[in-house]
Amino acid sequence: MIETDVVIVGAGPTGLFCAHQLGIIGLKCEIVDNLDKIGGQCIELYPDKPIYDIPAVPECTGEELTNNLIKQIEPFNFNFHLNDRVQNLKKENESWIVKTTNGKEFRTPNIVIAGGVGSFEPRKFTTKNAEKFDGKSVLYSIKDKSIFKDKSVAIFGGGDSALDWAIELSNTSKVSLIHRRDEFRGAHASVKKIKELSDKNVINLFTKYSIKDVKGNGSLEEVEIKSEDGESKILKTDYVLGFFGLIMQLGPIAEWGLNLDKKVIPVNTENFETNKKGIFAIGDICTYPGKLKLILSGFHEGALAARGCFKYARPNEKYRFEFTTASNTIKDRLGVK
Amino acid sequence: MAKIKYIEHNGKEHLVEVRNGLTVMEGAVQNDIPGIDADCGGSMSCATCHVYVKEDWYDKLPKKEMGEDDMLDQAYEPNSRSRLSCQIMVSDELDGLIVQMPEKQV
Repeated sequence: MIETDVVIVGAGPTGLFCAHQLGIIGLKCEIVDNLDKIGGQCIELYPDKPIYDIPAVPECTGEELTNNLIKQIEPFNFNFHLNDRVQNLKKENESWIVKTTNGKEFRTPNIVIAGGVGSFEPRKFTTKNAEKFDGKSVLYSIKDKSIFKDKSVAIFGGGDSALDWAIELSNTSKVSLIHRRDEFRGAHASVKKIKELSDKNVINLFTKYSIKDVKGNGSLEEVEIKSEDGESKILKTDYVLGFFGLIMQLGPIAEWGLNLDKKVIPVNTENFETNKKGIFAIGDICTYPGKLKLILSGFHEGALAARGCFKYARPNEKYRFEFTTASNTIKDRLGVK
Repeated sequence: MAKIKYIEHNGKEHLVEVRNGLTVMEGAVQNDIPGIDADCGGSMSCATCHVYVKEDWYDKLPKKEMGEDDMLDQAYEPNSRSRLSCQIMVSDELDGLIVQMPEKQV
C-alpha cells in the first residue's frame, strides 16, 4: 500500500502541471497512466503537430511540451505508474483506497482525474461473437508470441502493428492478413515484404475484406470475412488478431459514482471538485459553464485543484499563498538557491 | 453557406445551415447534433467524426488527402463511403450534402 497526498489519473499536460502545483505547495503525488509513456494525447495522437496557444510559447510540438513539463516536475521526484490503470475506488474513513489493474494499491485523501477524453484502449471487433473469445483466441495485443507456433492466425488491420506481426508470425504460423482496402498505412518496407510473402504464398492476403463473424464450439474454429459487395469467405483459424489502433474510452471512471454529463464530469470552478469529496476532475474530462478544452485551461484547473487537495491532505494546516519568485520554502522544494 | 442534412443512425434527421470555411464536423458540433464525437478536435488524429456520405455526394466532394484513409482504418465500421467529417470543408458547392452517422464512434 502506497500512502500519498494525491493520486493523479492521467499523465497528459494537465496532470503533469497539476503535479507541479502540488509539488510547489509541498504535497506528494503518484501519477497513473494507461499508456506506456508520459504525455497523454500530446504524445499518443500528435507528438509532431505544432501547438500555437500555450501562453508565452509561440510554437511547440506535443512532444516538446511534454518534455518541458516533465523537466518542470523533476525536482519533486514523483512516481509514475505507466501501463497501468486505476480500476476501483473504496472509501475508508477520510481516505480513498485506489486499486489499479496491475494490483497496486494507494491510500490517499485526494484523487485528481486528468484523464483527457478517457484512456486509450484498442479498438475491438464489432461482431458480437468476438466477445466470447476475447482475451483467449481473439486478441488485440500480443504478450507471448510462442502461443501462435504451428497455429493458424488471422490478422486484421493495415498499420504497422498488423504488418509487423504478420511478417513475424509467418515464420512459425500460418498467417492470413485481412485489410479493408488495397493500400496499407504501414512502413513502405513492411508493405513490400508483405506483398513478397503473399506472392510466395507464405501469407494469405485478403484486401477489401472485413470481419463478418467468428465461430467455434468452445474454442475458436473459423472466421468469416466479407467484401464490400457482400461476398463472404470462411477461413479456418485458431486465433484472430485485430490491430485497428487505439480509441479513447472513459473506462472504469464511469463506475465510480461520479455525476457524468455524457463523457465528461461536472465540477465546481472554485477547486474543480466533483460531486464526491476528495475527487477532482481537470482538463478535457471536466465540464462547467464556459469550459474551453484548451491546454491552458487545464493548467489553471490543475493549479486550483491542487489547492483543493491541500485542504484534505493537511486538514490541520492553513494553506498560505506564495509566489515562486519570492518564497524560500518553494525554492527549497525546487532545489534552487 | 450550405444546407447540410445530418442523419443519425436511428434515422433522425437534422437540417442545418453551415457557414463556408467550417468543416462538416464543426457544423454538427456547433449545432449540438449527436453522433459525431470529434475527440481530437479536428486534427485528423482520432476517427471519431466518421460519417458515411450519401452515394451521389461521395464523388462530388474534394478527394481525401493523405492520412485520412489511414485514420479511417481505425474508425468504427468504415465502408467505401466513409469520410472524416473534420476533413470536409464547407462551401457553397456542398449545398444539399447529406451525411449519415455510424452506429457509434468508439
